[in-house]
Amino acid sequence: MISVQHLTKRFGTTLALDDLSFEVSRGEILGFLGPNGAGKTTCIRMMTGSLTPTAGTVSIAGIDTRKDPVTARRHIGYLPETVPIYREMTVADYLEFVCRMKRVAREQKPAHIDGIISRCGLREVSHKLCGHLSKGYRQRLGLAQALIGDPDVLILDEPTSGLDPKQIIEIRELIRRLGRERTVILSSHILPEVSELCQRVIILNRGQLVAVDTPDNLDKNLRGYDAIRLEISGSGDPEALFESLAGIPGISQVQSLPPGQDGSLRCRLNAQSNADLRPTVARTVLAAGWNLHELRHEVQSLEEIFITLVTREETVVRDESVTPEETES
Amino acid sequence: MNAYLAIVRRDLAGYFLSPVFYTLGTVFLLLTGLLFFSNLLFYTEISFSVMQNPYVSQTLNLASDFIRPMGAQFAVILLFVIPAVTMRSFSEEKRSGTLELMMTYPVSDTPVVLAKFSSSLLTMGSLFLATCIYPGLLFIWSTPEPAPVLAAYLGLLCMTSLFTAIGVFASATTDNQIVAALVAFGLNLVFWMISWASPVDSGMLHDVLQYLSVVEHFEPMIKGVIRLTDIVYFISVTGFFLFLTGQVLESKKWRG
Repeated sequence: MISVQHLTKRFGTTLALDDLSFEVSRGEILGFLGPNGAGKTTCIRMMTGSLTPTAGTVSIAGIDTRKDPVTARRHIGYLPETVPIYREMTVADYLEFVCRMKRVAREQKPAHIDGIISRCGLREVSHKLCGHLSKGYRQRLGLAQALIGDPDVLILDEPTSGLDPKQIIEIRELIRRLGRERTVILSSHILPEVSELCQRVIILNRGQLVAVDTPDNLDKNLRGYDAIRLEISGSGDPEALFESLAGIPGISQVQSLPPGQDGSLRCRLNAQSNADLRPTVARTVLAAGWNLHELRHEVQSLEEIFITLVTREETVVRDESVTPEETES
Repeated sequence: MNAYLAIVRRDLAGYFLSPVFYTLGTVFLLLTGLLFFSNLLFYTEISFSVMQNPYVSQTLNLASDFIRPMGAQFAVILLFVIPAVTMRSFSEEKRSGTLELMMTYPVSDTPVVLAKFSSSLLTMGSLFLATCIYPGLLFIWSTPEPAPVLAAYLGLLCMTSLFTAIGVFASATTDNQIVAALVAFGLNLVFWMISWASPVDSGMLHDVLQYLSVVEHFEPMIKGVIRLTDIVYFISVTGFFLFLTGQVLESKKWRG
């Protein structure tokens, strides 16, 4: 449905997006993750056609957005991060205006607008001025204008920001329903939302693609960095124990952590494989004469995966940027 | 076409609901009313004085001694009133972000530019309609020839269309309405004064600057002379600035 090929955008000398390629199929909800300034919005704006790429192509439903922008835009509904509105128009008038802009046939208009108003829960404010709407209603109005014209592709930039928990659940449910027959691209800072809604996640950092995968796979592949938390007490030599723990096949590193309040020893064992090493670790600890208080898997949440990926990326970037300077000096 | 009409309708509603329009309308009608009154007073006074002298009275006529100065002074007011009308056209939408959202709708730039131009022109047109009361009074009290009055109005409309195109262009370049108004006012003045810079002797530069000057093309019309070259001038300069506006919108898509 959406095909992005070698998409690159430069603003002057800054490279905002560097050679990004991915595809999204119909009926898929794709999550867009990345820290601020990662290039998410730049990428979204190029997909919607409000920004022209420096290089690369975006095609929506097989239509190149550069060659035929108007036809391509017919397939897109876009909810920007902050919903821009005409303050002096009423909600119903505004939706009517959007219908005209998106060329909804005159005879279908009343039913279409009515359907969207009830879907987005705007019924009670439909005669209010847009300028008087609360943040939550404004967000729903943004979603409503995106839905007008029944586009195949919905691009939602932070759709749940500023909503109360009940509204968030409603909007998420709505997005999930919409995602069944449409393609949805969801950019969000709220990671649980992304892992809950999206079939696939794209992680961007500094304009580059860091990872594209399902939330489950991202989790699984990064199990290599999985860790075991250990809390023990006793009177033996901790160094000797750490050495024997590091000797267990499959353990790559032993990190000692600050001791607990009761004086117990804490450490994290970084594992190399997905094999469960807990029984071996337990035996080693007990054999060395220590008391075992706690032994558990540290499961990485999407947040941690995100941070791991992004910080790893940053270290690489920093290393690269340091090397030439060093060689020069 | 549908999108064009939708934007014109929305913009007109926006204008007529904004206090700016009513403030501006009041100032505009107050100033033009003052001009009408002072010119009429002046014309009446000289009419009385020339009545003593029957030879001079034959040279006095309404077209050259009333309509022409009135038209010229009217045009001076347009210099700054039009930027105040056009300043919000794109700037407001750029500031609020609605323009960017509009650019994601299935509409090309041309209808957007034309709609913005039309709605500003129609707003000015509504103000012009209100000024019809002045010539109306003339027709009630006296029996002037209608042609010079119509020619003068045509001249004012041509000038309005040019200044509106300049104003819409200025508005597209910035998201700040004040800056838009100042840029438009400055550009209007440039087109007004450009012939002042022309050398006295005729030559290439003289001709070019004279041709570019808005006054050179406006002056004949308030004298009651409608020439094709003047009409072509106004249409082409208006078209040129609308073209530039389209280019500004396009370049925005590159610069972000």
